[in-house]
Amino acid sequence: MQNTKTQDTLVGLFVACGIAALFFMAMQISNLSAFSNNKTYTITANFENSGGLKVKSPVSVAGVRIGRVSNISINKDSYESVVEMLIEAQYNLPDDTSASIFTAGLLGEQYISLEPGGSEDFMQQGGMIDITQSAIVLEEVIGQFLFDKAAEE
Amino acid sequence: MTYKKIIDAMENGVNSDTEIVSIQNLSFSRGDRKIFNGISLNIPRGKITAIMGPSGTGKTTLLKLIGGQLYPDQGSVTVDNHNVHQLKRADLYTLRKRMGMLFQSGALLTDLTVFDNVALPLKEHTALSNSMIRSLVLLKLQAVGLRGARDLMPNELSGGMARRVALARAIALDPMMIMYDEPFTGQDPISLGILVKLIKELNNALGLTSIIVSHDVEETLTIADYIYVLSDGKVAGQGTPEQISNSDSEWVQQFIKGNSDGPVHFHYPATDYHKDLFEI
Amino acid sequence: MTHFLQRLGHTTLSSFAKLGRGSFFLIQILSACLSVFLRPKLLIKQLYSVGVLSFLIITISGLFVGMVLGLQGFYILSDFGAEETLGIMVAASLVRELGPVVSALLFAGRAGSALTAEIGLMKATEQLSGMEMMAIDPIKRIIAPRFLAGFISMPLLSALFSSIGVLGGHMIGVGVLGVDDGSYWAQMQAGLDFQDDIINGIIKSIVFGFAISWISLFEGYDTIPTSEGVSRATTRTVVNSAFTILGLDFILTALMFGDI
Repeated sequence: MQNTKTQDTLVGLFVACGIAALFFMAMQISNLSAFSNNKTYTITANFENSGGLKVKSPVSVAGVRIGRVSNISINKDSYESVVEMLIEAQYNLPDDTSASIFTAGLLGEQYISLEPGGSEDFMQQGGMIDITQSAIVLEEVIGQFLFDKAAEE
Repeated sequence: MTYKKIIDAMENGVNSDTEIVSIQNLSFSRGDRKIFNGISLNIPRGKITAIMGPSGTGKTTLLKLIGGQLYPDQGSVTVDNHNVHQLKRADLYTLRKRMGMLFQSGALLTDLTVFDNVALPLKEHTALSNSMIRSLVLLKLQAVGLRGARDLMPNELSGGMARRVALARAIALDPMMIMYDEPFTGQDPISLGILVKLIKELNNALGLTSIIVSHDVEETLTIADYIYVLSDGKVAGQGTPEQISNSDSEWVQQFIKGNSDGPVHFHYPATDYHKDLFEI
Repeated sequence: MTHFLQRLGHTTLSSFAKLGRGSFFLIQILSACLSVFLRPKLLIKQLYSVGVLSFLIITISGLFVGMVLGLQGFYILSDFGAEETLGIMVAASLVRELGPVVSALLFAGRAGSALTAEIGLMKATEQLSGMEMMAIDPIKRIIAPRFLAGFISMPLLSALFSSIGVLGGHMIGVGVLGVDDGSYWAQMQAGLDFQDDIINGIIKSIVFGFAISWISLFEGYDTIPTSEGVSRATTRTVVNSAFTILGLDFILTALMFGDI
């Protein structure tokens, strides 16, 4: 039957298109290309208030993403928020780096911004960031503003 | 092997040398309706046996019971010494390869050509080479007179031709018996003549056993060697064509002659006619 | 009153009986699937009639859905000054929900109903009985290839739908409405996670494919072999598939996206 050859070719094309679409989705649409199997190391930071920070929130230095938040938990003794981050191995951070929680843009996704210090030693796996700045809580800012206003008068 | 045959024969009361199918005390119901009520019959080897009766008496059901597609409520069906309904699935399939069946509509696969339809059982069940299969298919098609139609599709065939192709397919694996489900129904005289001729010739030439289920009295009486007449789930009469034609049973006579009234009444049970008409 | 209760009881019982028959049918199909791989010709033929012939409707629908998303999304987002996030809006809607669900619904309507009609007609013309009497298992030869074809085609078609939709959104958003090309893709890539979104979307379409193939083949196999029976079976396929898809979608969405 002459039909079979055409059929087979079309089926092959169809499957190829489908797989191509899957690839397209993986590469172009998602963050797969950025999220490769690079080696990472874990560091921790304690915050008084980690605000709206979530697991998988980005960790950046000077606006460039170098890692992600991998775990957020609470320290049972000091009642502080313990944030674990996975940093890509190619980036070395001085061990007096500070961490702050900022908000990206108007729609409010929060991220950790790291400011490298001047130390010559680098952070290792399991290292801890000592200097941290918590997230800004809107109610506290307003409360502070009102308090200042009241104090002026 | 022979020992087993003897034991089987003793258990089933079957004389396997002359009987190919033996139905003992079969009962089968569909829902509430009792279709067969303790029916027994034997199909002799090498002969053409007809099973007749009015529409709806379950003749097609009987063929399906013989083929193992339906399970009886009671009783047994033995084909060539095997109790059909006790066979494991694989053995049942092996048995079916030795039974050919011709369905009322032919039941050809509509997406294959005539050639491919006849070749299907050969391709599925044998490891023969393509050239051997081709020769066999052409042989079978020649036997039914349709070798030239081999590249047609089933929807291009007339009803009679479709049945002949189905017949060629049914004999493809050289079965030991063929079951015909209403082969004469709705055929024009020429097709009828061809079918009758084919059934008789195949039976004799290939040494087959044929079971014909039909309610066409005329044709069946011309070719059958033995006839069973069924009614109400029981055997109402049996015998050779002469015996049936001269039967004492009123019912059999009404069936054979095609009388409009007799044991099977013309009027469906109803209240008194006068009362009904003048009821206000 | 009792009549109504009787009817209700009868319907419930027969639904359970049907579910039982359907489950048994499914087990038969699954055990026959291995033998299909020994006969790839049957599978390829079915992939053609189920997959390739659905290609056109899926692609065109995907294009239009993507374009509408781009258009509507733009108008709503511009109220918040957030037009630049059009990319992720279109992509997230498609990949997570619209891609799998809409393509499944279209598939059920086009390929599912065709399968039911085909099998139902085969049953009505005694082709299935005929095969059984020839000692050929119709499940292995007819049903299982079609099941596998539906199961394989569904994720591919869903991926096509989503991809073409994203491109359609791009065409309208970037090409016509002036959204920045770079932002369209960048926001999308930053916002969609491969594992959470894309893989979940594909899992959804695989589950849908399984369900649709099962329902459409069973309705055909179980139908009353008359022309009226077949037409009712075809309708049931589309309706039941639609309910199942939407119900499964809710369950899967809750399971997959609920914990974030």
